[in-house]
Amino acid sequence: MALTAEDVANLARLARIELTEAELEVLAPQLDVILESVARVSEVAAQDIPPSSHALPLSNVFREDKLRPCLPREEVLAGAPAAEQMRFRVPRILEEEA
Amino acid sequence: MSPSQASDREIFRHSAVDLAAKIKSGELSSAEVVRAHLDRIAEIDGEIHAFLYVDGERALATAARVDAKIAAGEPVGRLAGVPLALKDILTYRGAPTTCGSKILEGWLPPYDATVTRRVLDHDMVILGKTNLDEFAMGSSTENSAYGPTRNPWDTDRIPGGSGGGSAAAVAAFEAPLAIGTDTGGSIRQPAAVTGTVGVKPTYGGSSRFGLVALASSLDQPGPCARTVLDAALLHEVIAGHDPCDSTSIDQPVPDVVRAAQSADVSGMKIGVVTELGGEGYAPGVEQRFTEAVELLASLGAEIIEVSCPHFVYALPTYYLILPAECSSNLAKFDAMRYGLRVGDDGVASAEQVMAMTREAGFGAEVKRRIIIGTYALSSGYYDAYYGQAQKVRTLISRDFDKAFSQVDVLVSPSTPITAFKIGEKVNDPLAMYRNDLCTIPSNLAGNASASFPVGLAPEDGLPVGLQVMAPPLADDRLYRVGATLEAVLESDWGGPLLDRLPGTGALR
Repeated sequence: MALTAEDVANLARLARIELTEAELEVLAPQLDVILESVARVSEVAAQDIPPSSHALPLSNVFREDKLRPCLPREEVLAGAPAAEQMRFRVPRILEEEA
Repeated sequence: MSPSQASDREIFRHSAVDLAAKIKSGELSSAEVVRAHLDRIAEIDGEIHAFLYVDGERALATAARVDAKIAAGEPVGRLAGVPLALKDILTYRGAPTTCGSKILEGWLPPYDATVTRRVLDHDMVILGKTNLDEFAMGSSTENSAYGPTRNPWDTDRIPGGSGGGSAAAVAAFEAPLAIGTDTGGSIRQPAAVTGTVGVKPTYGGSSRFGLVALASSLDQPGPCARTVLDAALLHEVIAGHDPCDSTSIDQPVPDVVRAAQSADVSGMKIGVVTELGGEGYAPGVEQRFTEAVELLASLGAEIIEVSCPHFVYALPTYYLILPAECSSNLAKFDAMRYGLRVGDDGVASAEQVMAMTREAGFGAEVKRRIIIGTYALSSGYYDAYYGQAQKVRTLISRDFDKAFSQVDVLVSPSTPITAFKIGEKVNDPLAMYRNDLCTIPSNLAGNASASFPVGLAPEDGLPVGLQVMAPPLADDRLYRVGATLEAVLESDWGGPLLDRLPGTGALR
């Protein structure tokens, strides 16, 4: 399949990781080997087999809609990279022209 | 050696069950026990590096409170006053939770994991947080951003992973008990290579609330210990239904403690998995495994060879499902609500800051798995990779179902080889992944499994583990087999395997 550095850069963009050129060069062949190895799952003819998304069968669960204290705001915000007026402060989220 | 050191030495050698009895009877105080372990950590953890954070002051304060409760005759938990170590992927309010990653360096969680809450509610004492591969991705702890943990049997070797810190802490007598988490073998493989006991409960048997998720459909917290009964007692403390985890099983916990005390396999049908052995398995691993199986047969178990043909696809299945789930779970590390933020200069956008932060904060293995997961989930590849892996997962579960219709438990080596040298496999991800060959099937199918020590490989003198796999909610069977092996092997050996810890330098 031969994954190129460009393919990896594209995947990294989707995953929001800004990889360096040097990392791309190392990662592309490594990922290629891994992907080639895991592609073995297609050797198994499994057309009629239902997929499992979980280890054991799941059923929906409910719990009482009871009022309870939320996380302590000051403690939560103390762990944030930046906070302002008791809120998370985030970088600009809109494009300049917007 | 001063007298206090001499008594310390006796204290930290005790099992958890002995310590609990001595604390309850007043022969020892919890404070003395905790102090002995903190001293031990101070003495040797520079060499082992099992701990990322030691919570000494709070541990001593908790111990004093437990001592007061006992003195006042108040009811206390079965392991009251006994210290333990917590893998640094479970939250404990007031202690940093890093997950072995730079992206969470110094982050103080504002809440306790359910497992943490339970050990505290049972009057146990948390000594600190143990090292792990970053976000539990690895089999050696070499992927920790804070440096590897070293195997007490040979400090040039890995202690397994991802829970190498928890296993090494227990093996090196820094804690009688520890909590691990097992996604593909992260409790059992470290147990095997350190000569300790590690149990992965049935998926849903212990709560994942407050466990920083790697792969939500696979992760499961469980006990690490030096003895089978100690593991069972800790299992009992942490297991059981939790409304905060929607996958938690609302059924009684199997009686693991009684199973550990019964130590009887007569009449039990034990299946040896054909596919988990042969090429790629070290001779000493196969030898100790075969001897242990013969031992079980001599004690009245019926041994049956069982084929699980799809187990050979467990590794590729896992390395599609896990990256897919982790690429989604780790999306929450977006530099907005917790942890690191890089490049926020007032000009860069949130998206750019997120990408720069993840580049700076994640290590190589985390990046590899996130990118593989992104690939496996991308349109055009989804059916061939993730979709197909989910189908093979069904086939692996069916192999187990079929096997468990013939036998009570399955056994295999816990890991194909003994502890390898630090640095030996860091540049070969596939070779590293193969360490979890035997342990992964149980995670995919969700059943209970465990690793128990069965001796040292003759060629290198390093510990070998035997894996037992039981049907969902039959966790007690693991302990029956483990306790039987422990009783007979220890009488053969003339004591626990860890008595033979070579002990270089500070370890002696």
